[in-house]
Amino acid sequence: MSLDTLAIIWFVLWGVIWTVYFILDAYSLGTGMIFPLVTKNRKERNQLQETIGPFWGGNEVWLVTAGGATFAAFPAVYATMFSSLYEAMLLLLFALFFRGAGLELMHKDDNPLWQKFFKWAFTISSYALPLLLGVAFSNLYYGLLLGENGYEGSFFKLLHAYSILGGLVFIALFMTSGALWVMIKNTGEVVSRSYKIAKFAAPVAAAAIAMFFVGTMNESRIADNFNEYPVLFSAPVATLLISLATIYFIFKNKIKSAFASVCITIFALSATGFIGMFPNMLISRIDEAYSLTLYNSSGSQKNLQLMFIVAVIMVPIVIGYQIWSYTLFKKKITTDEAKGY
Amino acid sequence: MDALMLSRIQFAVTVGFHFIFVPLTIGLVILLAVMETKYARTLNPLYRRMADFWGKLFAINFVLGIITGLTMEFQIGMNWSEYSKYMGDIFGSPLAIEALVAFFLESTFMGIWLFGRDKISPKLRAFSIWMVALGTNISALWIITANGFMQNPVGYVIRNNRAELESFTALVTNPYAWYMFFHTVISAYICGAFFVLAISAYHILRKNELEFFKKSFKYALVMALFASLATPAIGHQYGTYVVEKQPAKGAALEAVWETGKGQPFHLIQIPDGENEKNSVEAISIPKLGSFLFTNDPNGKITGLKDIPKDERPNVPLVFWSFRIMVALGMFFIFATAYGAYLQVKNKLVDAKRYLKIMSYSVVLPYIAINAGWVVAEAGRQPWTVYGLMKTADAVSPLATSQIVFSLGSLVFFYLILGFADIYLLIKYARKGPAQAINVQKGGVKHVS
Repeated sequence: MSLDTLAIIWFVLWGVIWTVYFILDAYSLGTGMIFPLVTKNRKERNQLQETIGPFWGGNEVWLVTAGGATFAAFPAVYATMFSSLYEAMLLLLFALFFRGAGLELMHKDDNPLWQKFFKWAFTISSYALPLLLGVAFSNLYYGLLLGENGYEGSFFKLLHAYSILGGLVFIALFMTSGALWVMIKNTGEVVSRSYKIAKFAAPVAAAAIAMFFVGTMNESRIADNFNEYPVLFSAPVATLLISLATIYFIFKNKIKSAFASVCITIFALSATGFIGMFPNMLISRIDEAYSLTLYNSSGSQKNLQLMFIVAVIMVPIVIGYQIWSYTLFKKKITTDEAKGY
Repeated sequence: MDALMLSRIQFAVTVGFHFIFVPLTIGLVILLAVMETKYARTLNPLYRRMADFWGKLFAINFVLGIITGLTMEFQIGMNWSEYSKYMGDIFGSPLAIEALVAFFLESTFMGIWLFGRDKISPKLRAFSIWMVALGTNISALWIITANGFMQNPVGYVIRNNRAELESFTALVTNPYAWYMFFHTVISAYICGAFFVLAISAYHILRKNELEFFKKSFKYALVMALFASLATPAIGHQYGTYVVEKQPAKGAALEAVWETGKGQPFHLIQIPDGENEKNSVEAISIPKLGSFLFTNDPNGKITGLKDIPKDERPNVPLVFWSFRIMVALGMFFIFATAYGAYLQVKNKLVDAKRYLKIMSYSVVLPYIAINAGWVVAEAGRQPWTVYGLMKTADAVSPLATSQIVFSLGSLVFFYLILGFADIYLLIKYARKGPAQAINVQKGGVKHVS
């Protein structure tokens, strides 16, 4: 295969890995967001811990893989993105610290202060992560101040109405996903409390997505592909329609369908973003000449070929045993039996 | 201080902190897997309790290892963007493969093992923890393959203003990486084994659950004895290879200034980097230096004076780190051999002083392992990729203030997490199995 073909394949794989991460961690982060709202005592907190306990680590590795794939397949993108968005990456890192530590350590001591600290560390991080990811990806669509000597902006230049709206889209979607996941996995009062949250979060998500698309068409640099090939508008339109379907399923109390629907919404939303970016990966607002595309930032042919073979073998195996792990924990968690961490 | 120095300090702090958790994970998981296997075979509840108790400590350590590992993936791009651009085509793929092959395996099966506790069969539990063990050890292999390239670059070609992958086979069969892998991973087994030895010694001293802790001690002792003997044996071969491939690091190990054949070994020695000499050399053994370096008593060692000043590492730092590592390595051999003697003579329970020493020596493998990494990494300076790219050319174009902020906040959060971890490990280790496991099951105390 030619280098260009391989680079395009890796761009698609890169998008797929990010999308799988968003879909999977949406429910674990969403569970973290609603954690203090739906749990009233230790037993219920154990229950929610167990709702995501067996899976969140495996979900997070998709993020690590997305980072590793960026490094391996598009080294220049990895280097520019991580060093340009320095403070944002640092905050993302801290959120990842306390999401994991908060969840796993909160009940390791009986001191109420300890428990409160790690519980809130877990919850706040669960909001911070989608917010930061939303802001980061919106800025990829919006374009960065990339000039001759790399990034010429600052952290605060990343915060504008459009990117914050992107963060809110992620928060609302992930919260919906988390609330539905808690309902699917549990019995008891946490289910009815989560239902209330889902009924609120899903319409917010749909509204935020609609506003975000308006912003994308007017503010961002990824509108060109859609204007050139109008058939591509089917992706954002599908995103919106499916997000409305989620609301419908929630109010009809078809929770599994609603959860599937929110996962497809995230898929369609991610697809919209990656379709719009193609073939760009880091768009410069200063001059197109400074943009990093999949062509000018990819690794060598040999490396991409090797990585492609590894991915073709390993990704199905990983997906296989991850699906198998879900079948082990099929039984609904009851408040009395839950052990948590 | 400039951005380069600050980035280097940040890297040293974060990788050093990460490497507190990793060796224990790699070592302890093997012992856990043995206990789970024993339980699956015999269904003797003693083994189940052993796996539960040591597993509880393992889980606390494991999550910190994961968290602090994320920092490593992030900051290579954040602080070393020039390195990432220049080396990414070669360095990135082992990292991506590490995630695909190892991280998924260990994280997914860790979840199954922790939460499947009562839902899956003992055989599946044993299988799960073996998969975690496999994942952590494969992870070490890939990250060290990446590091091995930095130590001894192979399988690359300089093209398009960067290093590009030429031979993946050369990359994965790099002898430097394989020496490092076995030396590092088996030293991690020392760490895991000494952790169990120390806590068991503590409880044996107090006659607490003797059967439980004597058995734990015995298992760990077998592993510690094997690993304490194997680590220096591999280390010696590795060392002679280092001398061949990185003469500057080799000379710094023993602070050899003058080139020559048949060099002595000085038992007591103090290097003076500024004046390019050793201010103290005493108890010298003729020809041993050359023998240790080259396996030949008359072998030639290149002295530091024959290496340009700006291509030498910080000699006292490398020298002292190496001495500390070697001295501790000797201690591990004596401590475990004496333990084996006590075990065979059935005198362990009464060897109060020995047990006391063992219970405190839990910290020593951590010191030895981190000292070893200082030798490997500081000894490679001023290169980040030996002979190809200097550390000064690898750093990101960042403002000093940005790194002050990141370093400060990282240290702050690491202190919180580090204290929480040490506090929990000591708390549960002291409690012993009866209480530590109950807390897991009960949720006895409800705080709303």
